[in-house]
Amino acid sequence: MRAFALVLLCACLWPPCLVFAAEGAREIQTQQSITDRSITVPEWNDWKRVFLLQDYNTRIVILGTTLLGMSAGMIGSFALLRKRALMGDALSHATLPGIAIAFIIATSLGLNGKSLPILLAGAAVSGLLGIAGILLIRNLTRLKEDAALGIVLSVFFGAGIALLGIVQQMQTGHAAGLESFIYGKTASMVASDAWLIGSAGLTCMLISILLYKELTLLCFDEGFANARGFPVVLLDMLLMGLVVVVTIIGLQAVGLILMISLLVIPPAAARFWTEKMAYMSLVAIVLGALSGMIGSAMSAIFPNLPSGAMIVLVATAMFLFSMVFGIPRGILIRKLRRHELNTTVNRQHLLRGLYETLEARGLLEEKQPAESTFVPMSTLLQMRSWSPAKLKKIVRRAQRKQLIVALQEDQIRLTKAGLLEATRIVHEHRLWELYLITYADVAASKVDQDADTIEHVLEPEVIAELETLLVRQSTAGVLQSPHAIEIQQEKTNGRQSGPRRAT
Amino acid sequence: MGGLENWNWFLDGWIIVAGILCATSTALLGNFLVLRKMSMLGDAITHAILPGLAAAFMISDSRSSLPMFVGAVIAGILTALFTEWIRSFGKVDEGASMGVVFTSLFALGLVMIVQAADHVDLDPGCVLYGAIELTPLDTILIAGWEIPRVVAVLSVVLLINLLFVICFLKELKLSSFDPALATTTGFNATIIHYTLMTLVAITAVASFETVGNILVVAMFVVPPAAAYMLTDRLGRMIVLSVILAIIAAVTGHIGAITVPHWFGYHSTSTAGMMAVSAGLLFVVAALFGPRHGIIIIFVRRQILAWKILAEDIIALMYRIEERDPQQKPDANYLREILFSRSVPTRLSLRYLTKQGLIADTNGDYELMETGRDMARQLVRSHRLWEHYLVEHAGMTAENIHKQAEKLEHFTDRQLREKLNEDTLDTDQDPHGRPIPPEEEVR
Repeated sequence: MRAFALVLLCACLWPPCLVFAAEGAREIQTQQSITDRSITVPEWNDWKRVFLLQDYNTRIVILGTTLLGMSAGMIGSFALLRKRALMGDALSHATLPGIAIAFIIATSLGLNGKSLPILLAGAAVSGLLGIAGILLIRNLTRLKEDAALGIVLSVFFGAGIALLGIVQQMQTGHAAGLESFIYGKTASMVASDAWLIGSAGLTCMLISILLYKELTLLCFDEGFANARGFPVVLLDMLLMGLVVVVTIIGLQAVGLILMISLLVIPPAAARFWTEKMAYMSLVAIVLGALSGMIGSAMSAIFPNLPSGAMIVLVATAMFLFSMVFGIPRGILIRKLRRHELNTTVNRQHLLRGLYETLEARGLLEEKQPAESTFVPMSTLLQMRSWSPAKLKKIVRRAQRKQLIVALQEDQIRLTKAGLLEATRIVHEHRLWELYLITYADVAASKVDQDADTIEHVLEPEVIAELETLLVRQSTAGVLQSPHAIEIQQEKTNGRQSGPRRAT
Repeated sequence: MGGLENWNWFLDGWIIVAGILCATSTALLGNFLVLRKMSMLGDAITHAILPGLAAAFMISDSRSSLPMFVGAVIAGILTALFTEWIRSFGKVDEGASMGVVFTSLFALGLVMIVQAADHVDLDPGCVLYGAIELTPLDTILIAGWEIPRVVAVLSVVLLINLLFVICFLKELKLSSFDPALATTTGFNATIIHYTLMTLVAITAVASFETVGNILVVAMFVVPPAAAYMLTDRLGRMIVLSVILAIIAAVTGHIGAITVPHWFGYHSTSTAGMMAVSAGLLFVVAALFGPRHGIIIIFVRRQILAWKILAEDIIALMYRIEERDPQQKPDANYLREILFSRSVPTRLSLRYLTKQGLIADTNGDYELMETGRDMARQLVRSHRLWEHYLVEHAGMTAENIHKQAEKLEHFTDRQLREKLNEDTLDTDQDPHGRPIPPEEEVR
């Protein structure tokens, strides 16, 4: 699995490779896409320029955001499963005082306060302090995770704002650039930024691939991991440290607020496509990379779209698509599955109803002429809380499966296949009833309803088990019902109130 | 204090009033957000109102307050709705669905602003930082008084929130702690939930443009969380959170003026300092809370540990005496058997001596009459428990000692009698040692 993950990782890396290969040639072109302000439909040349990565600026931006999307997707999927999705939110806010303090200290020492490594170091320190604060509040007080996140977020950010108010008064430094940490300045990314993002992001991804098993265990079963002797606290700190690193390198690429979305949205979207951790992080990586790529490409093609926001919107579009159409967990597939289950349940109830009616009339034993085994729909209506329209629908579906034959005047009859199926269902139903009576001490008058819900999902192995467990009354036939079944003999008009089955 | 010489009662007074109004109206609702584990909602809503503002601007083509207000409130309510939908339909974790919704809405808002209002001053920075310092400059005339617009708006919001909390306290309480019970007792928890969400959105929007969303987010969470550390009753928690919010607002503004002065700067962001002072109040509450504070929990644990150590010492001395009445153990001997540290052992011995439970003769200790009674009861508890564990819990004689060692400290006379009744009446524990009687036979 790890080898597979590495191969896919390399596959995702094609645009960066292309970029760096192209960069070797050093064909720097003029920047055009950013300056054009009017909203025009881009020409073929624009599309070509962006997609063939001819533009130096575009190339850098796409490279950086793609790498960022990948690493955020990978780390974010662990954070999501650990139910720490909003950790990135709190962390990215918590970096602000660190940035301001780093700026103040650096300028008072006579250094360039706006140099990236200094600011990032400050951000990292205060981000780690924020984590410590969250962990302390969560572990030492009775407050829950959400309150801890909210407290750290708002107090740290408030401190940051207060510190920025001081920074703006300093004679030495014009602090104007610090705001770019909040909104991001994706479009003005330079090669060194992309390198920084790339190296830090890839390191994070490598660490999480190497510790893949441990992190997965931490996400799914912390107690078990602890019992197996894994250093759970250390792993937890490591995971959050990775979140800090990814957040900080992303801060000045897409900005403080939009960075959160890269940590949350691609993993949340990936969750709809798979039940497996490995595939989930792979899908999250791919989705993160795609949203980075497409988002910044769109921003380059259409001049008036800010790239940070576009990346997020592309990710959101993918999320919505995944939520609706995702295969094992999307909304549509779940609706469809439930519909199928309901159809099966209704069909089986219909067949059992027919069987029990015939049984009550004594029409099952010998070969009966086909005419006498017809059952009127009204009898069935009284057995279940079906509306006539619904019953018609169920009957039509069963007809299509050739389990029953319908005649005019709403008379229906089991076919041979239908009788076989009905026999099996009734048999399973009664086996379960008998089991409930014998082993679960449920009164015979109550078992019908309990068995009603479970009969549809009994596996063949369970049936075999039940048969060996319970004394069979006859070797071949169907069990006798353990309770009396009262079925309307005559055709009556409308539904009657009162118990349909009595003991 | 330095910096306060420029204090102007008119300007600073209004700023503090605005801060207090904002802080109290948010803290009132924040109590329920904290209890419902939705603390991050304030943050989410304040970010997510951006597209509402942009849409209102596009439609009305002006920056007048009312359309903006309505647009922002609608966007805020939509945030709560979308979060709930994605959570329930998509089966996504609550935090994640909130993260998806508010970042997406924020991004949408940014794009809309750039598209439509690029040349207009609709600055996201104003949304984030707020300008509570400018409060007194924007005034309206009400009944002949010139009142800052913010103060008027926030007073109305505070009044609405106060009425809501007072009128629906019972419903809010029930639906926060047990939504299922609330629904079964006949009122709709969902309606209460969305009314609360609407009020949260209104409060956030009314506050954000004037005092900045950071103050809103902080006041939604921090004062209620601090109050939660101080009390177990909802009514008291609400009152305390409001008081803490007021304190945070006042000290925050004073701090914004004075603290930078110490380092030779002028005043800084009031909203930021209000959040910081709320944070400090929270730290104090979390440390010194009377029942759930970190310190009191630590002290309680220490006292229990010392009590158990003292009890272990006299029980051990009883056993030594039982074996050899002449032996008088010294501190080191006791410490070696009990595996305890030196300082706590000596402290416990001194405490026991002072209490008259043991006697200290030149470093050797022996049990006094009261100490012997107490020790006998402990040993009796221990051996009765061992007996009980073997007889009723089906444990083997080898591994019962540790269990009994723990249980003996929490067993009173009544429980001992019950244990005695429940076990076969015997004078010996499973290891063959005698179970001492409750009272010494004299």
